[in-house]
Amino acid sequence: MTATASPERTEAASSPRPSRRGDRVFAGVVRGAALTILVTLVAVFVFLAVEGWVGLTSDAATYAPFTSLVSYIWPLVVSTLLASAMALVVSVPFAVAVALFISHYAPRRLASALAYVIDLLAAVPSVVFGLWGGRYLAAYLLPAHVWLHAHLGFIPIFGDASPNGRSLFTASIVLAIMILPIMTAISREIFMQTPRLHQEAALALGATRWEMVRYAVFPYARSGMIAAIMLGLGRALGETMAVAMVLATTPTTTLNVIGTASPPTIAANIALNYKEATPERQSLLIATGLVLFLVTFLVNFAARWVAGRSERRLNR
Amino acid sequence: MKNSSLRRIAFPAVAALTVGLTLSGCGDKSTSGGSGSGSGGTLNGGGATSQANAEDAWRAAYQKANGGTINYEQVGSGTGVVNFTSKAYSFAGTDAYLTTDQLGAAKTTCGADPIEIPAYVSPIAVAFKLSGVKSLNMDAKTVADIFDGKVTKWNDPEIAAQNSGVKLPDTAISTVHRSDESGTTFNFTDYLNQASEGAWSEAANTVWPAGIKGGQGLEGTSGVVGGLTSTEGSIGYADDSAIKADGTLGVVSIKVGSSYNAPSSDGAAQVLEASPAAPNRPATDMATDIDRTATASGDYPLMLVSYLLACPTYSDATTATMVKGYLTYVVSSAGQQAAASTAGSAPLSASVSRKATAIVSKITSGS
Repeated sequence: MTATASPERTEAASSPRPSRRGDRVFAGVVRGAALTILVTLVAVFVFLAVEGWVGLTSDAATYAPFTSLVSYIWPLVVSTLLASAMALVVSVPFAVAVALFISHYAPRRLASALAYVIDLLAAVPSVVFGLWGGRYLAAYLLPAHVWLHAHLGFIPIFGDASPNGRSLFTASIVLAIMILPIMTAISREIFMQTPRLHQEAALALGATRWEMVRYAVFPYARSGMIAAIMLGLGRALGETMAVAMVLATTPTTTLNVIGTASPPTIAANIALNYKEATPERQSLLIATGLVLFLVTFLVNFAARWVAGRSERRLNR
Repeated sequence: MKNSSLRRIAFPAVAALTVGLTLSGCGDKSTSGGSGSGSGGTLNGGGATSQANAEDAWRAAYQKANGGTINYEQVGSGTGVVNFTSKAYSFAGTDAYLTTDQLGAAKTTCGADPIEIPAYVSPIAVAFKLSGVKSLNMDAKTVADIFDGKVTKWNDPEIAAQNSGVKLPDTAISTVHRSDESGTTFNFTDYLNQASEGAWSEAANTVWPAGIKGGQGLEGTSGVVGGLTSTEGSIGYADDSAIKADGTLGVVSIKVGSSYNAPSSDGAAQVLEASPAAPNRPATDMATDIDRTATASGDYPLMLVSYLLACPTYSDATTATMVKGYLTYVVSSAGQQAAASTAGSAPLSASVSRKATAIVSKITSGS
């Protein structure tokens, strides 16, 4: 902390003249970087829109095994949202707990080792997660499928159990593991940034450790945690290979997440079908990519709005 | 402090870069020296993924004997045809023979009727996992009923009636199909559609029909085989070579005429030879409508035929020589045997191979 603060002070003390050119160059570089990202985003959108436009209005045969764009995309959208939502439900509490453990509970040495290992998890390629999930984890989660159907079968999403565990449920568990590292890393950093004084004040007022975390750390870290969840959600929505390799697919719409098969997610569907697709089908697949792009935007906006609203209510 | 640590990193980095660049420069030189010894030239092709393993074997053998470079991109049949008609590829592979429109486009590209020859024939096996059972007899109707979800137990009378003496368990059947678009799915559904006497109402397609409920779609041939081996009571379809390579799955013998035949290369090649040519095709086109209801002894009509496309004339002499040489090798008995041993395909029968060779031998450089 002190190391980063001192150069600022010396710079402010000396005259700004010698660093002016450096300042301008640096400002330009930073601005350029920000613009590049925007341009890339626009370029992706333009590509999807131009290439996918034909796919939005092809003849019925292109949408096989369905007959219209909506009936083709709808099951994919439902699967995408379901899988991401389940992944978040599983992953967010885990990520927050792990981050809290590292930042506030674990002894320092264990904390840094654990943080390192979790960061490593982010380096595992999704293909490997896909292989592991489909070949290994699915079989181990099979009893969970049977249990869910037996005990929670009255909820529509827990219908008949899959014969081998290659279900949307398993896919979202794999997704949850994949989005865990990024959410943990960001939450951890934010938790560590909580001002010491706030924490000590809470403790001095007689708060237990948990109460201190609840009243001092969480409110301070709220926006950072939301950013972490957004990043995790983005990864879950767009994850391709792992879903394509784990999930047993079917073209029919089903809400049963532990069933024999579900429609693939949008990204997985593109990966599965692009290679052998005719040009018309390819533009249809690109059009589904456009839909995913828009869905991701909408979900992000909605989530931010909800988060912002709860924050405003908190401040009132 | 900062400066010196930067320098400490920079020096080894520069050194490593220099060494790396020098080494890669050497590598470049040696490869270009190698290709210079043959007829040179590069041939670009691509298309169906089904042929990919066979193409690898053919390319390796051809390049070893004649030099030059042949590329085969696994972009899928549809893209392969498009790239062929746009002249990006000198030859292309496709699982489905050209439609009339595509034929017209290819004719414009080539300036004459394009060449379309069968290059890769492979039987498709219906395989299952059922402990203690390694082989079952089924007619096309039974297979259709199973995949359609009408037959749900392995001891269903419809299966039992054709397998007297086999002890069938009360296990539930779970079906496995491809989740990606595939020529295998097209040929399997085409077989069910034509041979099942109306039990299968869906038309042949490269994607699994949406009207069918309850199956599991898994990615690629290896995905299907993996799904089958890990699920007791499952049944699915895949290239016979993949099922044989796995070795643990039971295989269905399908009903042909009055007997039941296991998948066989000879049976598939035999059906291709006996099947009628597609109507209204030019003389250089060997497109065949596979007779899914063939009944001759030994026939195995559940199979995939993948074609190669080429032009009868090329403006460039080297390209013409290479396409001619390569395709001649592919349809020769040596080429077909090479594909059979690496990719597990069914070698073309002698007469089909002769006919294809005759068509390919007319490739010229017409500049």
